[in-house]
Amino acid sequence: MAPSFLDRIFGRGDKSASGAAASKERIQRRSTGFQQFMKTVGREENIWVLDLGPTSPDNIKHITERGHRIYNEDLLSEATRQDLKTKSTEPGKENELVVDVDRFLAENLRHEREQFDAVMAWDVTDYLPEEVVKATIERIHTIMKPGGILLAFFHTRDAGPDAPYYRYNIGDPETLELQRGPEFKLQRVFNNRHI
Amino acid sequence: MWKSSNREDDRVPAPTNVPSPSVPTINAPLADVTHPKAEVPQKMADIAHIGKSVVIRGELSGSEDLFLDGEVEGSIELKGHSLTIGPNGRIKANIHAQEVVINGRVEGNIRGTDRVELKKSAVLTGDIFTQRIVIEEGAFFKGAVDIQKADAKPEIKPEPKKEAVPVAAAAAVGVAPVVHTPTA
Repeated sequence: MAPSFLDRIFGRGDKSASGAAASKERIQRRSTGFQQFMKTVGREENIWVLDLGPTSPDNIKHITERGHRIYNEDLLSEATRQDLKTKSTEPGKENELVVDVDRFLAENLRHEREQFDAVMAWDVTDYLPEEVVKATIERIHTIMKPGGILLAFFHTRDAGPDAPYYRYNIGDPETLELQRGPEFKLQRVFNNRHI
Repeated sequence: MWKSSNREDDRVPAPTNVPSPSVPTINAPLADVTHPKAEVPQKMADIAHIGKSVVIRGELSGSEDLFLDGEVEGSIELKGHSLTIGPNGRIKANIHAQEVVINGRVEGNIRGTDRVELKKSAVLTGDIFTQRIVIEEGAFFKGAVDIQKADAKPEIKPEPKKEAVPVAAAAAVGVAPVVHTPTA
């Protein structure tokens, strides 16, 4: 649905029921990390793949066409839900609202230990609220099989909180198609040591 | 000669001691059959239809195609037939049908023996077991997709059996009886 006159003035975008706004335009991006990931996935049979980005019909299609099973879980949409917020217990920040980490993990990433052979985390960790980052990484580690493969992208420089967020869609085994996505705020830029 | 008779014994007596047929009362108002902007199948005459104001709790099963725009909590079994969840549909149930098309909100696992389709307004939380899947841009989905061949066995865990809705209840709101009648 095209934005109305008022939407253009106040900068509001088109939102679906889940709060996800995505443009139709796609930017192609080649990534050696992604190519390596797809080569590894292509060598296996009937594996479990976890996609932590917004629902992507292309990702589901490309993974299931190779005979694999895929679990789709839009982690950023879940982490930004207002009903998961609670007051901070950090001294001096009692008036701030933060994500209730226990509730977040009770409702998300609830899988068996060592279930997934591969995880597509995209650049989700750059956008996650600070209080859930460590717990999320630990949970991902728990639900991945030993020897499993994790694909993650990180910003190399701080583009500021208004840096656009992009959804990652698999175009082919060597190419990703980036699609301007919901309005998530860039939270941090990890350096290599943190990664 | 032609006096009108007002004598009481000339009047036809009202029947007494005749039990009136019991009609189960339904709290929901009559189903709304209008569906603006809905993905409505073309041959409506061949498809059973449950409107957006209808609420069903229990097992829902049948042997015909179904357009479901109301609320269901329980389980839905339409083996060999297609199920379309309308844009107003609110479903908390495992679903088993030949073909499943979702326009509304579903919490539960979906087994479409032939095909499952999520339209752009779909919101699905649950796993999908099917041979073919189509997801429109804009659909929200949280769960697993397991593409199964025709001879593969499904992995859906069975829901505990709940009380079925009597056929008379469905008939009272003017819809074709698609509800399974329990054999007592």
